[in-house]
Amino acid sequence: MAGQRRRSRHELRPGAIAIQAAVLAIVLLLGTYLVHNTLVNMARQGIATGFGYLGREAAFEIGETLIPYSPADSYGRALLVGLLNTLQVAIIGIVVSTVLGTLIGIARLSGNWLVRKLAWAYVEILRNVPLLLQLIVWWDLLRVAAPPPRAAWQILPHIFVSNRGLVFPTLIWSPVYLWMGVALMAALAAARIVARGKKRAAALALILPLALFLLAGAPLAWEVPELQGFNFSGGHTLSPELAALLVGLIVYTAAFIAEIVRSGIEGVSRGQSEAAAALGLNRRQALRLVILPQALRIVIPPLIGEYLALTKNSSLAIAIGYPDLTAITYTTLNQTGQAVEAIALMMAIYLALSLATSLIMNWYNARVALVER
Amino acid sequence: MKTLRRQSALRWLRANLFSSVFNASLTLVALYLLLRAAIAVVRWGLVDAVWSAPDGRACLAASQGAGACWAFIGVWHRFILFGRYPYDEQWRPLLVVVICIAVLLASCRRALWGRRLAALWLGGLIASGVLMAGGVFGLAPVPSDLWNGLPLTLMLSVLGLAAAFPLSIALALARRSSLPAVRALAVGYIEIVRGVPLVTVLFMATVMLPLFLPAGVTLNKLACAQAGLILFYAAYLAEVVRGGLQAIPAGQYEAADALGLGYWRRTRLVILPQALSIAIPPLVNTFIAAFKDTTLVTIVGLFDLIATAGNAITDPAWRGFFAEAYVFVGAIYFVFCGFMSRYSGELERGRGEP
Repeated sequence: MAGQRRRSRHELRPGAIAIQAAVLAIVLLLGTYLVHNTLVNMARQGIATGFGYLGREAAFEIGETLIPYSPADSYGRALLVGLLNTLQVAIIGIVVSTVLGTLIGIARLSGNWLVRKLAWAYVEILRNVPLLLQLIVWWDLLRVAAPPPRAAWQILPHIFVSNRGLVFPTLIWSPVYLWMGVALMAALAAARIVARGKKRAAALALILPLALFLLAGAPLAWEVPELQGFNFSGGHTLSPELAALLVGLIVYTAAFIAEIVRSGIEGVSRGQSEAAAALGLNRRQALRLVILPQALRIVIPPLIGEYLALTKNSSLAIAIGYPDLTAITYTTLNQTGQAVEAIALMMAIYLALSLATSLIMNWYNARVALVER
Repeated sequence: MKTLRRQSALRWLRANLFSSVFNASLTLVALYLLLRAAIAVVRWGLVDAVWSAPDGRACLAASQGAGACWAFIGVWHRFILFGRYPYDEQWRPLLVVVICIAVLLASCRRALWGRRLAALWLGGLIASGVLMAGGVFGLAPVPSDLWNGLPLTLMLSVLGLAAAFPLSIALALARRSSLPAVRALAVGYIEIVRGVPLVTVLFMATVMLPLFLPAGVTLNKLACAQAGLILFYAAYLAEVVRGGLQAIPAGQYEAADALGLGYWRRTRLVILPQALSIAIPPLVNTFIAAFKDTTLVTIVGLFDLIATAGNAITDPAWRGFFAEAYVFVGAIYFVFCGFMSRYSGELERGRGEP
């Protein structure tokens, strides 16, 4: 109210219009001056303008692509490859760091003294060392310290780490999986329509795909990585660059998410856990049914910030040679000299990604937020 | 007495480590993992480590690849800390590091906050600049591309924050302004800068900024990167300052109005002093993030700690001691950031007053 009163009074004042006009004029003049300088400089250096370069042949290799790409393709397609790589890192990173961060955040409040202190040490160390340094260490660990595939470290059954990266088994696709997915969707849709008997619908969503799976003779086949000659064949390989980037981002972001989760849980008043105990719920039930749903509301706004930070931090890929949006843009601007267009385009894409992430998360936040009268 | 203490220790163990079967197994697993990790670290870092050796090959032979080669740090620590700064002149960057640390420590004392602290920062920065550049008082001139390592990191972050802070106050006030045009400009600037990664801002600063300047005016890479950092930090600090401004109750504005103060006097005498002191703990947290972010100047080709360490491990005689080099650099960052985050934690708990 007070703010509005002040505002209306200001707008009536003739001075207010003069001030705004002056500020706008200064900004416009400065902008025109900079654009003029840029055009003069670019003309002097013989740099072309416009986005025509996007259609020209890129003529550089990209180590890792999610879509088919060859050096004969255009700069535009190279940029798309970079964008998809960035998206891949961001999505995997967000999902895994949320899980890891939540676990560590809960461990920070564990009744077990040792677990609590270990989680505390994890958070303190990881948060206070720059991400770039951590990424370089992970990268060097995989490139230099890791053994060749013949002597690869087996960290879990069928998962190997070597200087060629991280290899893990993949599930061989079977058409039954498609039908299982359809069944799951149908059960979920049915649950929405019926809108009662939530438990029964959940059971249906679980049983229907499972029944299909068993009826089809349980087609579960893994493609397990095998050592052949000097490298692994089969399974899926993450290059040292991608593996280092993912591990580094996840481990770093998880430390921040852990602190958010911890403060979220601590933010739920003590009376709530006492009330849950009075109802006869044990610690785990209280956490799952009473504390976490309420903590979620406190946690989501800062969590949005962490997701945005992870997406933006994925641009550090350029320091360890992973071809993300930033790295491709950098190569492009070095080859074409069209720095202004390339950098503006990259910034616009990152802005759009940031906006999209916050829109999705804000929509989710509005859904879980407490409706008070 | 003794039995009582032993009993309470046992009770503590039971309550905190073995309260249930699940808890006990958790303790045992954690203890096992911790012991294994601790033994590995102690063996690598202390027991099997080599403390002096003429070169990398001898060091590897002595440790048989099982332990750290701290001799590497013994030989290379000055290069990692000060980079290519002339060897005989390296007392100057060392003094700069001391000045920067002294300024940061002085900033922790609440009694100094205000004009005196601003003067201290200004004096420290001028002294640092003179020491690094030389050319006066009989100091040999040193070009800015030789300003490497820790002093570069410290100067970029200290000067960056010192310059970004007033800018951020202006931005925050503009964002809270009642004038729509001013507000829109501030919102646009802050949201765009916060929506893009620092790497892209640094690229813009080092590649595009030279194009913005009139013909004949050139800026070196260090100045370009510093400008990029200032513009970037300002947007983040502005949001923290805005948080402080929003926490000021409307009654304070009305009281200032009732006293007949105009906008500027109201802001300077009533609103800002309160808003800034509310904003101090989150400001320190932003400082930590900014300090860590300074490492990104490596990507645009400046020689900060990460770059000097990366260069040291590619030396032919000492190739590949990356673990030693990065433990050294990581420890430096950890000490700085750990100190700052401890300080901000104390401020938040309200124990920061001397």
